[in-house]
Amino acid sequence: MVPRIWRRIRYRYNVIASYCESCGSYYYPQREICPKCRRRGIVKEVEINDEGTVLSYTVVNGRKIALIEFKNGTRMLAEVCGDIEIGSRVKKAFRRYGEDGEAGIIYYGTKFVPII
Amino acid sequence: MKVAIIGVGTTEFGELWDESFRSLFLSAGLSALEDAGISGKEIEAIYIGNMSAGKFVDQEHIAALIADHAGLAEFGIPAIRVENADASGGSAFRQAYMAVASGMHDIVIAAGIEKVSDASDPMEVLSSAIDQEWERFVGANLPAIYAIIARLHMHKFGTKEEDLAMIAVKNHKNAVHNPKAQFRKEISIEDVMSSPYVAEPLKVLDCAPLSDGASAVVLANEEIAKRLCDTPVYVKACTQASDYFSIQNRRDILTFEAVVKASRKAYKISKIEPKDINIAEVHDSFTIAELIAYEDLGFAKKGEGAKLIREGETEIGGRIPVNTSGGLKACGHAVGATGIRQIVDLVIQLRGEAGKRQVNAENALALNIGGSGATAVVSILSR
Ligand SMILES: [Zn+2]
Repeated sequence: MVPRIWRRIRYRYNVIASYCESCGSYYYPQREICPKCRRRGIVKEVEINDEGTVLSYTVVNGRKIALIEFKNGTRMLAEVCGDIEIGSRVKKAFRRYGEDGEAGIIYYGTKFVPII
Repeated sequence: MKVAIIGVGTTEFGELWDESFRSLFLSAGLSALEDAGISGKEIEAIYIGNMSAGKFVDQEHIAALIADHAGLAEFGIPAIRVENADASGGSAFRQAYMAVASGMHDIVIAAGIEKVSDASDPMEVLSSAIDQEWERFVGANLPAIYAIIARLHMHKFGTKEEDLAMIAVKNHKNAVHNPKAQFRKEISIEDVMSSPYVAEPLKVLDCAPLSDGASAVVLANEEIAKRLCDTPVYVKACTQASDYFSIQNRRDILTFEAVVKASRKAYKISKIEPKDINIAEVHDSFTIAELIAYEDLGFAKKGEGAKLIREGETEIGGRIPVNTSGGLKACGHAVGATGIRQIVDLVIQLRGEAGKRQVNAENALALNIGGSGATAVVSILSR
């Protein structure tokens, strides 16, 4: 499963959404086709560097996983390091996500930390 | 063409160490044929719901395998596996229904099977029903997705952890009288509340177990059904819908849009409204899923699902009894078999053969969901 991780590495290290120039919709994660315009859509990649708001979250296997909403309306599922509640403001942080046991490869991605 | 169910059969659900993938199927299939009073040579096609025999028992190409071991190899009938995560059974039922409704076939079998207990971590396998790259990668699993939905429902509508606990308590109570159920034992609100968190705010006893099991139904066109069967149960509608795969892309994560779309269409086709439904089997893989199903199926207004369970409306004896089998929570969740098992239980109810859990019902509804809601299948059955 390692190739799958590396293929997407640019999208793991940055928060990259899609913007449809035809209808003005944003999508995260990045996608090729705008579901509103389909073949008529002109879809470009845009990076999200904004702060986000915690829409909801859970704690599973000792990790806090939150659904985070950005100003442009896109939402992202990500791990948050720190105390949060619904409505908390969070910002990006580059962190280790895990490793591939067999291959011994450590992989990284975007996590979030609360803005205090 | 009108389609009727003329035979049903199911194995017990649970950790069935003595049963293999093959023996499970055989047992369910043979009891459905026996119930229909046919030998098997009448069957023109077979549709099998199964999520992941490849991961669970390292066997693919299972439809032909099952047809063979069910003694149908001589007839050479088409055998088709259908996969839609834990909505595989419901989807197989719909394929079988369409085959008969269209006139392509006169009499077919729809079955579902899953043998999970040979796998080291069945919940890992079920979690492959969510997005591997964008949900699993960040550490979420299937319970986590439902937990995120549950927390927002509580925050927005004032639903309590105790409300969710009441759903588990109700379903366990119903399962006591179901001889096929995995957990035939009552539990209390305190039991649920004191069970450890799996994914906050969902606890162990908010989650359905993953079970071994197989279920089968025989479908036939109206003419054959009337000839072979004194108590045919008619399929008034069987609809399916899909939704954005990940909760990241859903505008409102508190509404399962696929459930809304499939059920509205089923109500329209059948000319049966939510208020005319007397009994339902819904997909309570997690208690929050049953509560939201009340809302999305139109039994309650959005945000008011908790009222139904608080007021006992979905208990046996209530306005709309839900999961009288015990549901996925207490009857067990044999993944790809669940959608068929729901149909089996509703047929037993509509025939008046449900014993101590009998509900007086004319119209019944089944809701089978795949993963975190990207697939939904709704069936409406009537006497
Ligand atoms: Zn567009």
